Amino acid sequence: MKEKNSHSNAKRYGMVIDLDKCTGCGACMVACYSENNVPFKTDETNKLDSINWIRVFKLTNNKPYPDTEVCYLPMPCMQCDGVGKHGHSPCVSVCPAVATDYDYSTGIVSQIYTRCFGCRYCMAACPYHARKFNWWDPAWPADTKKYLSPNVSPRMRGVVEKCSFCFHRYQQARDKAYLEKRAELEEHEYQTACAQACPVNAITFGDLNNKDHAVYKLKSSPTAFRLLERLQTNPKVYYLTSKSWVRRAGDNYLAHEEPENMKTTVKEHH
Amino acid sequence: MNETPLIPPGVKRCSKWQFSLWMAAVTAVLLWGVYAMFLCWFKGLNQTNMNDAYGFALWIWADLAVIALGGGAFFSGFLTYIVGKDDLKNIINFAVIIGFICYSSALLILAIDIGQPLRGWFIFWHANVHSMLTEVAFCLSCYFAVLTIEFIPLILENPRLDKKPFLHHLSHNMHGIMAVFAATGVFLSFFHQGSLGGVAGVLFGRPFAYREHIFIWPFTFFLFTWSAAAYGPCFTILVTKITEKITGKKLVKDNVIHLLAKISGWMIITYIIAKTADTIYWAVVTAPNAGFTLMDFYASPTYNIGILFAEIVLCGFIPGLILITKRGRENPLLLTTAIILAVIGVSLNRWVMVLQVMAVPVFSFNNWYTYLPSWQEVATTVLPVAYGLIVISLAYRYLPVFPQEKELNPID
Repeated sequence: MKEKNSHSNAKRYGMVIDLDKCTGCGACMVACYSENNVPFKTDETNKLDSINWIRVFKLTNNKPYPDTEVCYLPMPCMQCDGVGKHGHSPCVSVCPAVATDYDYSTGIVSQIYTRCFGCRYCMAACPYHARKFNWWDPAWPADTKKYLSPNVSPRMRGVVEKCSFCFHRYQQARDKAYLEKRAELEEHEYQTACAQACPVNAITFGDLNNKDHAVYKLKSSPTAFRLLERLQTNPKVYYLTSKSWVRRAGDNYLAHEEPENMKTTVKEHH
Repeated sequence: MNETPLIPPGVKRCSKWQFSLWMAAVTAVLLWGVYAMFLCWFKGLNQTNMNDAYGFALWIWADLAVIALGGGAFFSGFLTYIVGKDDLKNIINFAVIIGFICYSSALLILAIDIGQPLRGWFIFWHANVHSMLTEVAFCLSCYFAVLTIEFIPLILENPRLDKKPFLHHLSHNMHGIMAVFAATGVFLSFFHQGSLGGVAGVLFGRPFAYREHIFIWPFTFFLFTWSAAAYGPCFTILVTKITEKITGKKLVKDNVIHLLAKISGWMIITYIIAKTADTIYWAVVTAPNAGFTLMDFYASPTYNIGILFAEIVLCGFIPGLILITKRGRENPLLLTTAIILAVIGVSLNRWVMVLQVMAVPVFSFNNWYTYLPSWQEVATTVLPVAYGLIVISLAYRYLPVFPQEKELNPID
């Protein structure tokens, strides 16, 4: 009854990233920087204080040539559903000022920059290091300030920021649908910048609850897994890989444990 | 007409010049810290060596450590006013001063540590009741107010102030109802000490910190509250001994110290047994469920298994055992060794629960994170120490902090 009367069904937006396809080109990162006004430093060598909402990691199987294998792993915010029910993601529950919240209509974890006072407890809570702190005020070189996206507010020094699954695009798509008197969005109407920028279509984005969206099927693929699943963070970003060593690198296992043989202990919440 | 002296009657203090010289030296250190503090406020936290992996670092450790060490105030107050250990009235003033210093320092450090200090009030205004930090902020502020109320009657006992009838009666009446504030202090301390334990314990994304089932509630809360009550009095004794050493006077009778040491010893022993049980369950059940062995958490040269041994055995069981035995606590050398080990032990526990949590890599493809504080972080951490020395020096010089001082040091 409730669903019938509501404007639209609750969504659970998520991502499936095919690691067998990813070439590590970094187009997703560039697109994200541009789309979301992500600040950067003149010298970006220290990755521990540079800001990125999606970061491509380079993994190797640690075997000598000729058995060396490399895998590139793009890592945005996992938009965790957390333990037990929606919204108990590691960061949301700890923020003392509700500066980060779980949106029940989309499953997206928000970050309210003007509410954040920079205690960094959410960063301590996030095992994915998806949250970044603005150690400096953003400095936009030369005229680049003129080319900032008007749809995303730039952040100030002293606050935490993170990937929002390009939430402003969702809002724009919703506005358009509203004007056209539609309650539901088409799959193509709301896509993240990283998914659209990927030249090999390694990133698929959509509603994990919607059978018509590609991610719905992909997430159930036998090669699908999520990062650090055993911590029960219940992420909404899935990965596909045919390589067992990559899957093993995605979580922690005791010496005798085999990822493929282990039953997932975390029940997915729909 | 003779002016009432500022120094309490019947006690001897060093000369004005000697005192001024000492205060100038400590103030210089304080100003160094204040300079670093303003750098952090005006230029931002880029003045620190913290980073996105080490979001919590030296300051949060200092915060947790001073709150634990300041636990001597609430626990001594509990023993004195609620349990009725009258002997402890001879040290309670000093315990309250130490508590006041520790808690005001904790609040100051938090004000420096946040990225947007002008928004600090958001924690009260936009409070998330599910966050441990929210509870810590509320209880910490309330308890600091209680400590201030507990400190006021002592300030009013300064001879010059005591001469005013209103202040004299105010002080007298506040003393009369001190049990109410002591009880309030214990109540509040249970909450914020416990919540500080929960700060790391609830982080289910951090296998090194996370505890489950009864080991999160009530255990992490219980362990932090218990450890503050156990080790806090050791810090009170340590600072008393240092003050005696510097002033060259005996200020508190041995029976008082021994009583507090004995209670502290039993508290340490019971705490460390509970901590051992917590560690065993974590090592055998919680960590393996997340795919970690105990040794995965101690695979760094900095954070090796020695740190666990130091925390539980060397700075836990050993001081506890020394303090519960009559011969141990009555031997000055053993007593001093035990209280120093105890103070290191609780500080080490807080260090581990903050910095090691950040250092342990959660991904198998990440390395251990390293961190060395910047001079600004060190200076702002030294700042509360200098501030504490100034408050203690002023209190000792101008207030009747130690009721037994006159008797122990008669002026001919």
